[in-house]
Amino acid sequence: MTQALLFKDIDEPNLADIAVYERRGGYEQLRKVLSMSQDAVLSELDASGLRGRGGAGFPAGRKASFLPKGDMDKYLVCNADESEPGTFKDRELMQKCPHALIEGIVIAARAGGINRAFIYIRGEYEEQAQILDRAIAQAYDAGYLGERILGSDVSVSLVLHRGAGAYICGEETGLLDSLEGKRGNPRLKPPFPAIEGLYGGPTLINNVETLMTMPQILRMGGNKYAELGVSGSSGTKIVSVSGHVQRPGNYEIELGIPSREIIYGLAGGPPPGRSVKLWFPGGSSAPVLTAEDLDVPYDFDSLAKAGSMLGSGAIIVVDDSTPVLDVALKTARFYRHESCGKCTPCREGTNWTVKMLERIEAGEATPMDLDIMASVQEQIIGNCLCVLGDAMAMPIGSMIAKFRGEFEKHMQRAQLTGASA
Amino acid sequence: MSGPGPGFEYIQELQGRAIPRASDGSRTPGWDQPADLTKDPAEIPDPAVIHVAPALRDEIEAAMARYPDRRSAALPALKAAQRFHGWCSPQAILEAACVMRVTPGYLTAVATFYDMFELEPKGRHSVYVCTNISCSLRGADALYEEIAAAAGEDGEINVRHFECLGACDIAPMVSVDNVYYGPLGKGDAKRLVEDLRAGREPLPELRLALRRTAASELPAEHEQ
Repeated sequence: MTQALLFKDIDEPNLADIAVYERRGGYEQLRKVLSMSQDAVLSELDASGLRGRGGAGFPAGRKASFLPKGDMDKYLVCNADESEPGTFKDRELMQKCPHALIEGIVIAARAGGINRAFIYIRGEYEEQAQILDRAIAQAYDAGYLGERILGSDVSVSLVLHRGAGAYICGEETGLLDSLEGKRGNPRLKPPFPAIEGLYGGPTLINNVETLMTMPQILRMGGNKYAELGVSGSSGTKIVSVSGHVQRPGNYEIELGIPSREIIYGLAGGPPPGRSVKLWFPGGSSAPVLTAEDLDVPYDFDSLAKAGSMLGSGAIIVVDDSTPVLDVALKTARFYRHESCGKCTPCREGTNWTVKMLERIEAGEATPMDLDIMASVQEQIIGNCLCVLGDAMAMPIGSMIAKFRGEFEKHMQRAQLTGASA
Repeated sequence: MSGPGPGFEYIQELQGRAIPRASDGSRTPGWDQPADLTKDPAEIPDPAVIHVAPALRDEIEAAMARYPDRRSAALPALKAAQRFHGWCSPQAILEAACVMRVTPGYLTAVATFYDMFELEPKGRHSVYVCTNISCSLRGADALYEEIAAAAGEDGEINVRHFECLGACDIAPMVSVDNVYYGPLGKGDAKRLVEDLRAGREPLPELRLALRRTAASELPAEHEQ
């Protein structure tokens, strides 16, 4: 059921200290990659089938192979912005095992032929940032970072950069602008960051969990790691379960187990007497699923086939005590607040969706408003530089499609009771 | 060039006034708050005129040295300036801009984008209450009201709604001066405010850093 790779020693006291981490076998894989060729590291990552754990699920080995060869400055940016509602896995990983992240960063840097690395951590994670500050200083002192690591010809510098509170900075190009000291507005792609990213140089961007998995892959061997999980979704995943469950928290699972096993088995399901009404399988940006979908295997392809996505691996459970309208309003207001305002469909679409939901709540809406709202969602998707607008349109669209009856009933009731007066 | 430059008066005029944001709090200022186009834009502040505390100057310069491009230090510089001045005041921005050799307008644009910069004078303690989905499903909206009511008109405690703080496992939760606490139950809102007023660590037993992973506390039948 639970399968512990990243979580194996996670509750070991003082694991954040370099001596304890080394005693547990830490930094052995870093030593190993120093003597491996770049291609050998890449092929291990490729063989593992590891898909990015941040949200998009792009194969990590392939992403690293996109960086051009050559002697220019190349950059690795660890995305530790973790602001997707419902997601809190990176927080726990960084807090308890920061050295595994540093080890993963050096491995990824080796795979991409990279010499400068940054961690972009969200500003709210100040406690974790201080733990990382200390861990980075320890790693420099021990010779695991810096010029000529452990006497090899590999050099990697690492700088921790704190954000200041903006969801959009978790979007990779918004993150790059923020790291360059600007407003975190996403950029037009292409050029993709692998070709032209941070300071105009080739840049590899990976999520915390993705990087922390890399030492495990090197330890087990890529092929062995690929045996975990299911075809197309290899390995383990830290799943953050929250909302109406009895044991909210992070659980490490082997990909492909039934979602019911996570929601009911691990997290204990909704409180007694309640049942699952809807759930977000991958953060609040994922289209919602219902109780009928509880047996869908929890992996990238199965969730996509069910009409949603694995995203960041954050399951938010909503039980039957909560009106769908409340969930829709919370979601839409969040995206309105976080839209950077660069693209019209997102800036206006998020604002008008909130306004229409408020009309429904106030009893001022007509059934036509539901159709208009649904069409607004369709017109946001695919029409912006980044997917923030889509990230509202997908869950809201799915709520209208799956709970239309409830929206209509609310409208009628609100009109009758004159809630708008 | 001598003198503070043509934009200096405008900055002085802004002293004590908040930097505008859109009325719904979003990052997209609306038409109702246009820039004053009759004024010249502010130039890079003249270090001979602007006094910057040496400790603040050192901190910003150290931040600039960490990056290949000094402008990358915009966020650390603004944070330092905010800490020195209590909030991200026009004066704080002016001083950060002076050290970074950028225009105050550049840093104002950055400061207005990020939620953690306080664009109005605020109390010494910041209390962020997460009111996003997972926390609100577990009573965060009521918790916010309770904390706000307990803090009352106390200008020292800055209670704010905040978007998902990444701690849904301890929902409903708060971040007090950047330290996470949760889950908060009945009576905790009042105790939080009392602790802060008394200068104690608030709700010490609820500190997130003390918790083990949820996976480690599973009932026996779930052990591997």
